[in-house]
Amino acid sequence: MDIRNREEKTMQDKKQKEEEIILRAANLTLGYGAADIVKDVSLSIRRAEIAAIIGPNGSGKSTLLKALARLLPIRSGKITLGNADMWEQPTRQVAQRVAFLPQSADFPPDITVMELVRMGRLPHRGFWDGFSRKDAAASEAALRRTGLIPFARRPLRALSGGERQRVRLAMALAQEPEILLLDEPTTYLDIRHQLALMELVEHLHDTLGLTVVMVLHDLNQAVRYSHHLIALTDGRVMADGAPEEIFTRDLVRDLYGVESLVRDVELAGRRTRLCLPERVAQEKEGEAV
Amino acid sequence: MPQAAVHPRAVKRRIALGVGIVALLAALVASASVGAVAIAPGDIVPTLMGNGSVEDYRILCHIRLPRLLTGALTGINLALAGCILQGILKNPLADPGIIGVSSGAGLAAMSIMILLPAQTAFVPLAAFCGAMVAVALVFALSWEHGVRPMRMVLAGVAIAAFFGGAMTALMVFYSDRVQGTVNWMAGGFAGRSWTHVEMVLPYTLIGIAGTLLGSRWLNALQLGEETARSLGVNVARARLVLLVLAALLAASAVSAAGMLGFVGLVVPHIVRLLTGSDFDYLLPAAAIWGATLVTGADAAARTAFAPVEIPVGVFMSFLGAPFFLYLLKKGMKHSA
Repeated sequence: MDIRNREEKTMQDKKQKEEEIILRAANLTLGYGAADIVKDVSLSIRRAEIAAIIGPNGSGKSTLLKALARLLPIRSGKITLGNADMWEQPTRQVAQRVAFLPQSADFPPDITVMELVRMGRLPHRGFWDGFSRKDAAASEAALRRTGLIPFARRPLRALSGGERQRVRLAMALAQEPEILLLDEPTTYLDIRHQLALMELVEHLHDTLGLTVVMVLHDLNQAVRYSHHLIALTDGRVMADGAPEEIFTRDLVRDLYGVESLVRDVELAGRRTRLCLPERVAQEKEGEAV
Repeated sequence: MPQAAVHPRAVKRRIALGVGIVALLAALVASASVGAVAIAPGDIVPTLMGNGSVEDYRILCHIRLPRLLTGALTGINLALAGCILQGILKNPLADPGIIGVSSGAGLAAMSIMILLPAQTAFVPLAAFCGAMVAVALVFALSWEHGVRPMRMVLAGVAIAAFFGGAMTALMVFYSDRVQGTVNWMAGGFAGRSWTHVEMVLPYTLIGIAGTLLGSRWLNALQLGEETARSLGVNVARARLVLLVLAALLAASAVSAAGMLGFVGLVVPHIVRLLTGSDFDYLLPAAAIWGATLVTGADAAARTAFAPVEIPVGVFMSFLGAPFFLYLLKKGMKHSA
């Protein structure tokens, strides 16, 4: 599909599809070994929204995200992608619609940016298919959108952490997904690269109509860039809704046991809400703070 | 995007493949020509066409050709198996020995040679079966919703230790018969016949076809399990198929050549320095260089100290290990 056409079409469709639920988890229970990490979680992700999952360490954020990426078998409950049960769709078909960026990845350092991004085309290639012109075009578009054209020939070892993260994002874009799942994409970056990455994700959402679900540790980033906030604690959803409605001083205290200052501010011409942690409020049950 | 279309390693890759093919041809010709009776390289083709001495024809057809072909095919199999294992186990030390192939083949072959010395014709078959039994054990021990790479490495070490112990026990209790096993354990191609070629060739063909089709899986798997799965790869299935392929390749090689350990570990590393980690290029180049190395080493091993023939495994270790270390050191400097 021509990329420009795709963009226009996406913009037209965007309005009418805005209310459509693209990804839905119903009564999801997940875990490793004997323990249940995520318990009876239900949530709905609308098409073309940016959703952020927040919560303390061990609350099950990453586990939930992995399940949404179909990387983790579910213990009970159901995940619906589009109109069908995600686990009843073939792996490759799901990979054509959902791209996932793990928190960290250990790639061979001699792989070049171009090579890696081209690997993102894998779900679109049939067993006997070579690398087609369409694959080349999609890879190039992914490089262009992430500003990586000048880096295309460089090996990964020659890139900084921020650039590497962008390469991983480009690889996910080459997948041409409808849904992009990001697991703490900014964790290892300095503030400049954090900001640049979040701006890029937002830009990709705006131009491509991507649905984004990300796990974030930085509450200010979560509030600023998401339309939909999901607060998780101890494997359960504590709050779910628009950040301006649910993100309050009380929520931060209930989630993290931290008293904080929460203020509405104007930032880059937009209203957002800032949270400054003040002090540890109480010892959470069974946990030394 | 012309600038991105040219890969920075394009030249090195062409060298790895082009020079590799030339070197392989040279090694094959050299291996056919040298030996107790030297046959001029120019006479090889005419002799094979029937336009030379009958004696030369016999030497070529019945001794040299089966020997060098067994060597070349073994080299291909070991190199491909090494590439697959290093890619899947994400372990630079992975070689066919790590999945139990060598110890299983060794124990089975040694049992035949020591306990049933009259049945030595069955040594290759026994070695193959022994290798597959050991691999099956390693698979069973490392199975948990599919093969787990880390468990596989540990299970391989355990199985190798167990079978190694059994081999040592055989050597201790039948120390008078150990002599006959030494050459096989060292690995080599002396006296290999067309039977050996027929034994290895099918696996070479399966291996080449399998790696051509599976290189994209290997490329995805080396990015890590989560990334591979999110690219739509059925990780458990891909790993199993590729590991079975590696096991077949290694077992067939060991059954024909004995314990030739060095190729599967080193060739993939050396070739990777040139081609990079993209398996689309790494696999064919490794196959070519594996064949070249074994063929060339075999030719050298039988002429360097003629009339004494050194086992090719010994020869390769003595020449290859220092060269490998040199390359690693150079590679490290380069990447730092």
